[in-house]
This record gives sequence, C-alpha cells and structure tokens, in this order.
Amino acid sequence: MKILVGVKRVVDYNVRVRVKPDGSGVALDGVKMSINPFDEIALEEALRIRERGQATEVIAVAIGPEEVQTQLRSALAMGADRAILVKCDAAVEPRDVARTLLAVIGQEGIGLAILGKQAIDDDAGQTGQMLAALWDRPQVSFASKIDIKDGVAVAMREVDSGIETIEVDLPAVITSDLRLNEPRYIKLPDIMKAKKKPLAITDMATLGVSLAPQFKVLKTDAPPQRARGIMVKDVPELVAELKKRGVLS
Amino acid sequence: MSRVLIIADHDGKRLGGGAARCVTAAGKLGAAEIHLAVLASPGGPIAAEAAQITGVSKVLVVERAENAHPLAAVLAPQVVKLAAGYEYVLAASNTFGKDLLPRVAGLLGVGQVSDLMSVEGPHTFKRPIYAGNAIITVESPADVKLVATVRTASFAAAAGGGSAPIEVVGTEAALPAHTRFVSLNAANNDRPELQSAPRVISGGRALGSAENFKIIYALADRIGAAVGASRAAVDAGYVPSDLQVGQTGKIISPALYVAIGISGAIQHLTGIKDARTIVAINKDAEAPIFEVADVGLIGDLFKIVPELTALLG
Repeated sequence: MKILVGVKRVVDYNVRVRVKPDGSGVALDGVKMSINPFDEIALEEALRIRERGQATEVIAVAIGPEEVQTQLRSALAMGADRAILVKCDAAVEPRDVARTLLAVIGQEGIGLAILGKQAIDDDAGQTGQMLAALWDRPQVSFASKIDIKDGVAVAMREVDSGIETIEVDLPAVITSDLRLNEPRYIKLPDIMKAKKKPLAITDMATLGVSLAPQFKVLKTDAPPQRARGIMVKDVPELVAELKKRGVLS
Repeated sequence: MSRVLIIADHDGKRLGGGAARCVTAAGKLGAAEIHLAVLASPGGPIAAEAAQITGVSKVLVVERAENAHPLAAVLAPQVVKLAAGYEYVLAASNTFGKDLLPRVAGLLGVGQVSDLMSVEGPHTFKRPIYAGNAIITVESPADVKLVATVRTASFAAAAGGGSAPIEVVGTEAALPAHTRFVSLNAANNDRPELQSAPRVISGGRALGSAENFKIIYALADRIGAAVGASRAAVDAGYVPSDLQVGQTGKIISPALYVAIGISGAIQHLTGIKDARTIVAINKDAEAPIFEVADVGLIGDLFKIVPELTALLG
C-alpha cells in the first residue's frame, strides 16, 4: 500500500504574523516558513505505518512555488520515500488542492491519504474531507489514533463530545489531530540522505487540473484589539472587581 | 428572497449548541426562510429541541436508521439532496460541522467559507486566518451555492420559545457502507458544556498534574462554570482532549473566562478573544495572557484558587 501525505508550506507556528497596512494581506517577506505542523504529524503517522510493514511507500506531495522544495526535502529527511511538487505560483483554494491531490492519487494508485486536519495559515480545515468526497472514499477527520488491519482502519477521533471510534474501509482519507503522535526529529545524516531521494516536479496542467478559484479576498484586516486591562493585588480585590463588572454576583 | 438550510449539530441524542447560533448568522443573510435539518435516528427529540429556536421557519427531520450516529460520509449525500433549492447551507464550526460540511461542499462541487464570523453582505463574509491574527473579507459569486461553517463564538444563540413546524422528509440518497460507527467515549456531562457556558474556568500546564486539576473543578463547580484547558494541559494528560480551548480546540465566547496557570500562546488566545471578561491568574508577570486579560492577578495559583473558591462560597 502506498500512502500519500499532504505537505503545505506555511508561516512557522512561532511567528506572529502582521497584517500589511494597506490591507492587501499578511507580511510574508523574510518570515520563517515550515511544514504545517499537522502535516508533520500526518507524515509521522504514515512513516510509522510503513515501519510496521503495513505500507510500502510514503509519498509527500506539495502544491506551491519552487521554494516548497525546502519543505519537501524536510519531509524526505523525516523519512518519506519520495516527493512530488505540483508547481503552482497562484494561491490555491482547498477545493483545488483536493482536486489536485485526487489526480495524484489516481496516478500513483494510493491506498491511504493522510493530511493535516487544518493548515495553520488559512485555518480552513477542508481539504481532507473534500478529497474524500471527490474520491468517494471514507474520511476520518481529527484522528488521534489509527490502527490498520486487513484493509480496514479503526480510528479514534477527537470530537466535541469526547472520543469517537469509527471503522473505515481502505482506501480512505485521514486527517491528523494534534495528539495522533509526536513527530520525530530530523537527524543530520537524514538530511544528507534526503538530498539523494527523488523529488519529482510536475504541474497542474500535466495532472489535468485547471484551477477554479471561487472566492475573492477583498481585504485583510488586523483583528480588533482588546482594551488594556487592569491588575489587582489579591483575591478579595479580584472578587470585588468581578462583582463590579457584573460577571459574578 | 433566498433560503438558508442549517444542518443541526447533534451527538445522536441531543441538539448541539451550534444550531441556535447558526440561526442568528442566517438571520443576517436577509433570508426569506431558515430551515433547520435534523439528520438523526431517532430524530424526534432533537427536532423538538430544534423547533423551539426562534427564527426557524421549519424543521426538517430525516430519520433514516443509518443516521443513528452522525457520520459525515453517511450524512453528506443526504444533505446534498436536501440542499437543492437553497442558496445557503450552514452548520456550526464545531467538530460536527467541520467534519461534515467540507464533504458536502466536495459533493456539491463548490468551495466553502470556514468559520464565517460576520456577514458583510449577502455574498460577502469575514473569517479569521492565522489563528485569528488576521481577518479576511471574502466574496463568493452570487450564483454559487454558499456552503459555510459558522464560527459560533461570533454569534449569540437565537432565543428559545419558538414553535416551528416539524416536517419528516425522506431522502433517496444512496448511502455508503464503508464508514461504521464503533463507539463514543463521552465526556462527563455533569458540568456545563464548554462551548455554550457563560462562565469558563481553564487550567494550564502550571497545574502540574491531573490530581491538581481538582482545584480548577472545585472553583468551576462553585460558580457553575464549565472547565477548559490549554493544549499543554491536555497534552500532559491532566484533562481529556474535549476540554481544549484554542485554535485547534474549541473557540468560545463566555461572559467570564478565567485562565489559571495558562501562559497564553497565540493558539490559545484565539480561542478566547470573544470572551466578554478575561481574568488571568499566573505567577509569571511577563506571561502573554496578561496582554489580553481584562483583570490580572500575579501569584501562586495553588494559594489563589482555593482562596477564591472559599471566598465565592
């Protein structure tokens, strides 16, 4: 079984992004970029499944400009067997990402796709579920545990009311939640090895996908700031303050 | 005039808190009719709850046996059938809606607006990106069905007391057998629900252990508050994952939020920005949580929390 893992290049999660004063977007110049943290978790899970002998190959797939090769090399260093970059300089909406991944799935004969549950830049959280819909296969979103056996995945999902366990037939799409695993650290020799691993570059046209963006972003604003608060010196003062504000009776 | 279809969130037994907030959001779209669809089995009790939300013109119940547990792969084809004739399809941006709606959008061949936080016009909306550190205004074409998850913290719940008609409808949709419910390990339901509670007491890593978290529960119980937690506290195993507040957990808007021993990572702050009053208790005066707190108290939580609990008795 081949596993596809989606890799998105995003602003590093430690960076506090700033909105450009002209409202045209967020300032990305010189900002540190990384693999979307949820995608790292997805990749780690794929590697563990392969290491248990339940998959033959892990393929990291990214969509984006030339620079995304850096993140794909990191994915290879983590342990992916090979990588595919679908070159595209335009912003790609989740629906088009799903259509593109579906084309790769068809080409590669993928048995399991693991994606992050959301990317920490656009926070859309759509691609996995859309991909599953287009592929007409099961989805396990927000997975916190995955067991694969005899063509079936039994997975735990973090839902608002607790932990749900579902069973899906493979092929399927799984999206990773935070606690699915803790991704491994990349060691120096792995970085060297990754340089020799195959990284294929293709594009939308070759895959037969044409972008069909639906939304127009009219502007980007900074969020409203909360007014500066006050400090109290002890518990009685805190209680008095909260009563004064009417939030405690 | 347009029509809005809201897919009611539920856990198989009870109506979730998101539906009433979606109704408020739908009201801002200037729609002629707002229909609330309950896909459940049995659907009666959930539909009866849904019918009480004011502003709902009609409740549609789809009671197929396959709907006993809300599985996105099973519900989505039915929602697609129901969605014909509606300009908008909405659901709450909780795990129910986040799981289901992108699959619906995928089947419909359209995009989705996630976490819709304000309606600027019938086809123009605001939504947060980068954990709420930027807000974008997006426009969708007027002739494309708009599928959106609604950021529940941005809309007050529509009031109860209504009595919308309930209509049982069937859908002919073929349903997949490839996805099967196994079990739900439900959280303790004795306390107020985190997402809709007017008061929330949250604890962070500084609590140090699951045992120590008891002082958070004690304080919460004293004032009838729900309990929340930072990601660090959940990762450390102090509390179950459904208590996590933040970018990847729950986004909440209580009247009172008390952050105890939580440093205030950006990812946590995004989950609490809509709280009316934020109180921070932390021993580190430099903790970022104090930047957003309305009222701050620096000190040892193990002294402060029991004292606060006693004082509120």
